[in-house]
Amino acid sequence: MTGDSGTALAYLLVAVCFIVALKGLSSPRTARVGNAVGAAGAVLAVVVILLVERPDRLLAVLAAMVVGGAVGAVAARRVVMTAMPQMVAVFNGVGGAAGATIAALEMVEGTPDTGRLAVAAFTVLIGAVAFSGSMVAFARLQELMSGRPLIYPGARWVFGLALAATVAAGVWLPWGGPTWLVGALVGLSLGLGVLFVLPVGGADVPIVISLLNAFSGITVAASGYVLENTLLIVAGTLVGASGTLLTRLMAKAMGRPVTNILFGAFAGGSTLGGGAETDRPVRSASAEDVAILLGYARKVIMAPGYGLAVAQAQHALRDLAGELERRGIEVSYAIHPVAGRMPGHMNVLLAEADVPYDKLKEMDSVNPEFKTADVALVVGANDVVNPAARSAPGSPIYGMPILAADEAKSIVFLKRSLRPGFAGIENELLHDPKTTLLFGDAKDSLGKLVTSVKSL
Amino acid sequence: MDGVALLTVFVLAAFVGYEVISKVSSTLHTPLMSGSNAISGIVLVGTVIIASVAESAVAVTLALVAVALASVNLVGGFLVTDRMLQMFRRRS
Repeated sequence: MTGDSGTALAYLLVAVCFIVALKGLSSPRTARVGNAVGAAGAVLAVVVILLVERPDRLLAVLAAMVVGGAVGAVAARRVVMTAMPQMVAVFNGVGGAAGATIAALEMVEGTPDTGRLAVAAFTVLIGAVAFSGSMVAFARLQELMSGRPLIYPGARWVFGLALAATVAAGVWLPWGGPTWLVGALVGLSLGLGVLFVLPVGGADVPIVISLLNAFSGITVAASGYVLENTLLIVAGTLVGASGTLLTRLMAKAMGRPVTNILFGAFAGGSTLGGGAETDRPVRSASAEDVAILLGYARKVIMAPGYGLAVAQAQHALRDLAGELERRGIEVSYAIHPVAGRMPGHMNVLLAEADVPYDKLKEMDSVNPEFKTADVALVVGANDVVNPAARSAPGSPIYGMPILAADEAKSIVFLKRSLRPGFAGIENELLHDPKTTLLFGDAKDSLGKLVTSVKSL
Repeated sequence: MDGVALLTVFVLAAFVGYEVISKVSSTLHTPLMSGSNAISGIVLVGTVIIASVAESAVAVTLALVAVALASVNLVGGFLVTDRMLQMFRRRS
């Protein structure tokens, strides 16, 4: 079915293009060219398949491609950068659905042997889970449904039973199961994906997206096995590896095992806290006071969190950094891996605000620098600078690697209120004698700081 | 192609993938996710194959829907990745 050796060679070339695309991402300098090479490879693959397969349904296939491509292009052009996690979730989902459809149709109409049937059943399962799971994640992130973990009585049992039924259907199929079982497998797998993502809440959704990314890759690789198509196997495996690595990195950045994040809610151990305000004393200051602190510093490190993006204050932060640099102050940005809503999200949000990428420093390289910084400016972040992660073994965030903002000579928090962050834990750093709070909307506060620094 | 040959391709690709991706700059993890996602859109090739061999009307319809979905993934994925990557600039 792979056709002649010409097709096989073309596929090899396309696979190399994809590897070059991923290799390009090792530096922002080469990334864009790499992506273009990957896209060129994809175009080549599509041209080859249209020529080789000579589908008698060429027109219908082309029409479907045009419709899908147009939808994808418009979505890619319109999406705002804060909504990137939802976008990736949807793309994951449709990719998984396509792979599952291939396998389901091959099971119903093709004549695969037992081994291939088994892989096809697996493809349907994982592809359908990727699809329905991604749709739930999308609804969560788009705030079409609550971000809180959805726990109902007996959730553990419902999920366990659904999993058992799905696996049973998947195992029965290759061993002479009736054709209607394919439909049952699709339905069960779709349900399983929903049940899988529902109990995962708020801050943990990015991990689920990374994992569903891996699932969609594995779906493609498995459907490649079903069709005996090496290109699909290579491409899908690359994506599977990428999703798996990112999932592990994110879990590490949160200081929790992946299983705890995914199934923690089943055990009743959700990390989403209540979020009551504290009444302990803090030191707050006016924008003018903070401006003096910043304007006469030598070195300032910005620690942005997702609150910055919620307030749409990325450009205001960049303006403040620019103003400080004009005064000869060294400014850099400390990026925690979970600062955004997906791996690396904060970098994209700041890059969009024209922050040069060589100023974006990852946690491990920036942490030793806090000691020599005069001011750590924390904007819209809380848990990622909470020393409780280092010192309070009972805390839900204990073990999470954090930005060492507490080591700076002084710390400034731009905060709306004293409400704790996502994890719902009090932040000792807010009450530190070195800490100053500037209350207000991040965008307003940064605007005031820019004006005040200018007039120093 | 026999199962073992396909398995060989899979295992080698897994190693290459792991090596290449562990070298990706953490600054670019979001474009990595959308870019790798675009690569998985190549499942479009598989949907075209299945659309050309499908027999019943239902199967043809489903296969064409899959073609459209995979096209969303492939085209949207590469375009959105490019849009993000062009924002990453050096100090001017």
